[in-house]
Amino acid sequence: MSARNRELTALVPVALLLTAGFAAVFAQESARVDDASLIYGAYFFAICLATHVYLRVRLPAADPYLFPLVALLTAFGLVMVYRIDPELARDQANWFVLGLVLFALTVHFLRDYDVLERYRYTIAGVGLLLLLAPRLPGIGQQVNGAYLGVKIGPLAFQPAEFSKICLVVFLASYLREHREVLIVGARRVLGVTLPPLKHFGPMLVVWGASMFMLVFIRDLGSSLMFFAAFLALLYVATGRFSFVAIGLAMFLVGAWFFASTVPHVHDRIEVWLDPYAHPQAAGYQILQSIFAQADGGLFGKGFGQSMITIPGTDAALLPAAQTDTIYSLIVNELGLFGACAVVLIYLLIAARGFKIALLAADGFSKLLATGLTAVFAIQAFVIIGGVTRVIPLTGVTLPFISYGGSSIVANFVLLALLLLVSDRARREMVAAPPSGLALEGR
Amino acid sequence: MNRQIVKLFAFIVVLFAVLIGFTSYWSVFDAEALKEEDANKRPLLEQQQIERGRILAADGTVIARSVAKGEGDSLRYVRRYPEGSLFGHPIGYSFVQQGDSEFEQFHNDELVGEESEFTSILDELRGRQQEGNDVVTNIDPVAQRVALEDLEAAGFGAVVAIEPQSGRVRVLASNPPYDPNRIPFELTELNENTLERPLFDRATQGLYPPGSTFKVVTAAAGLDSGAITPETPIDAPGSLEVEGLPLENDYNLDFPGATLDTALTNSVNTWFAQLGQQIGQDTLFEYMDRFGFNTKPAIDLPANQLSTSGLFDGEDLLTRNDPIDLARTAIGQERLLVTPLQMAEVAAAIANGGRQMRPQIWSRVVDPDGRVTDRLDPAEYSQPIGEETAAELNTAMQDVVTEGTGTNAAIPGIAVAGKTGTAETPFNDSCGGGSDENQAWFIGFAPADDPEIAIAATVECTEQFGGDVAAPIFRDVAEAILSGE
Repeated sequence: MSARNRELTALVPVALLLTAGFAAVFAQESARVDDASLIYGAYFFAICLATHVYLRVRLPAADPYLFPLVALLTAFGLVMVYRIDPELARDQANWFVLGLVLFALTVHFLRDYDVLERYRYTIAGVGLLLLLAPRLPGIGQQVNGAYLGVKIGPLAFQPAEFSKICLVVFLASYLREHREVLIVGARRVLGVTLPPLKHFGPMLVVWGASMFMLVFIRDLGSSLMFFAAFLALLYVATGRFSFVAIGLAMFLVGAWFFASTVPHVHDRIEVWLDPYAHPQAAGYQILQSIFAQADGGLFGKGFGQSMITIPGTDAALLPAAQTDTIYSLIVNELGLFGACAVVLIYLLIAARGFKIALLAADGFSKLLATGLTAVFAIQAFVIIGGVTRVIPLTGVTLPFISYGGSSIVANFVLLALLLLVSDRARREMVAAPPSGLALEGR
Repeated sequence: MNRQIVKLFAFIVVLFAVLIGFTSYWSVFDAEALKEEDANKRPLLEQQQIERGRILAADGTVIARSVAKGEGDSLRYVRRYPEGSLFGHPIGYSFVQQGDSEFEQFHNDELVGEESEFTSILDELRGRQQEGNDVVTNIDPVAQRVALEDLEAAGFGAVVAIEPQSGRVRVLASNPPYDPNRIPFELTELNENTLERPLFDRATQGLYPPGSTFKVVTAAAGLDSGAITPETPIDAPGSLEVEGLPLENDYNLDFPGATLDTALTNSVNTWFAQLGQQIGQDTLFEYMDRFGFNTKPAIDLPANQLSTSGLFDGEDLLTRNDPIDLARTAIGQERLLVTPLQMAEVAAAIANGGRQMRPQIWSRVVDPDGRVTDRLDPAEYSQPIGEETAAELNTAMQDVVTEGTGTNAAIPGIAVAGKTGTAETPFNDSCGGGSDENQAWFIGFAPADDPEIAIAATVECTEQFGGDVAAPIFRDVAEAILSGE
């Protein structure tokens, strides 16, 4: 079966799952079977089909599983968000379509994505500017003590979501060029292998600036995610574990510094360590997140069964259920099994992404695919880890599931780049298959 | 770079495994503990969305029901108690903010229709909402009302009435009562009222000196262990010196060569004190244990709302190896403290030929479709004494009512067996510190030849004697129950 036929086959059960999900929510809400679920299912399938046809024409050799997996997450997200508030789900559906439009545009204009390398400093600059934007007077917005949003006229978005792609592109490009010298020029000082400052410097500047911005806009989740992606890329490019260790040490020192000087950061860590200290105030969100999971058990309470607000009031029982804590809602309604399924989907996407990186022939493609996949997987880890108290809870979205336009649109751009790399890699392999690598997925 | 990519992927796999691990911990392994957290209102909020079943009296009187408030997502149920303070004890209350107590707490699972996770999944697939079951109790509302009204006239105290053959609890009254409907508004005030302690169930938690009612236990030990027979004479002088202090009979009366009948009828202290010394501490404790002293009662109420009866050193229970004043223990003094429920169980065991049944308030569980899903199966708690001993005690206790201290308990046309008790509790702070305050008791059963009900009644902080203030309560409650059948 060809790659695209596999993709088509995989999309059918996804659409059916969405239909079934809506049917379950309708059945729960009004105790009736509503044919609207079929209509929504049909719309969703039509949109996926259109995307599929577009891919068939433009990227015939690209990985066949990524798009169905992403569609699955989106379907999941649409049902969950609909179950919280149908109005929000309508927004979400619009963003899904907008995301696919941007996806198509990316595929169309960046078919020769090497062009990105030429503009790497411009892209890095744009990424930093995007991060800075929420603090700019007039367009910046503050939410919960963090400056995450930008509002220009009717258009509001979270620039960090787009910024992460810019920085991954920059890093991939920079590391492709300098990885040799970073490895060769490394010197041992006091038993520790240090990278050469001359080649390391520019990257450190860009990186330090972005970290500073993130602290400046108080977006801890994104800073964690960016830093992890940076270390991942550095490791893959140089193969030096010591670089990662140094980076990690730097991170810990930085984290300690910020934790003791920035109250916002300090509070987040205090709450993480002891949420029971202020169960009705600072600790409320993480505690309610965990309580919601405890209530889910193995199989969950079922679609639409969870309590999100305290009955009879508008007070939140699960704060930010449509964004930060949507994973806890999933555990509550679908149980441990449902949550495992979601984590597994992310893992499968990561597996396909890294596979693309393995198959890619040139350094830039490899690093780009690695970086994009890593930043995506780590984003999922940061928010799921946040609501399960593995790490301090910070506000990043659960990719493709959480309510939020910027997240959906940006992640579709990320997906487009991955598929672009994949298409080229697989085509080159058909032309000249490298020895030792089995060709599959055709 | 491929090797690093594979390693990076492995690292991501580990990270995600950690996520699954934590999710499993919260959702499954630590879930029960998390549901108990004070900060976690979710279980209560969820229960409030289930229509909690009703609690009914034996005759169908509604003791507790749930009323719906709001609609759709904000639909919730609030508990109502139509009879107000009549059943505040032992039914308790159940509210989301204030929590639950007593019978409501103990039978929570049945009332909310709690099922195993697998059953509830089946129900979900069949589109069934979780519904609560009704729980029918054994409580006789007429007798409960009589008990409470008598107590309100006599003073703070409690009445417990048990059906001897089955252990069914027909009355469990505690004065002062409280109205569970007021709990959402007055819980703090009720808790802070440390003088009257209306939330304190005196019937199951109140620990009082049993006075002469305990002589029944001493006599049971003496007869059943073979130390004495009903014909064994013991010389009982008007006064004995025990542990350096005089132990006296009322009016210092002498009872030379008295047998059990005479001793019990006249509540002769020196007779029972000598009997207690004769049988020894081991035997007395052995029989106390058989009657259920020194352990929590096996009734269907939360263990933390039940008191254990026995000899106390402060908060601690004394064992058979601790030094005690055996003579004074035998007549219900020393540091002996008992609950009205425990004394009712003693009376019920004698009434039932020596077989003591587990006291139970619930009778059956009825599901929303009207099917009885569970029914009380009366079970024996223990067999403290033989049938013969029980019969001998029955005879002696009848004489107490016909010609002894308990004549006020007599019911025309029905043989009654019983025992009075009056423990002096002078300078007791909870009684206001007066010097003439007593703990008045009556325990007994009727009809004596075929017992249908065993009752313990007690009044605290009274200047009257058990035969004057507690015996009439026994009579009224017994009459109410017997005439109702």
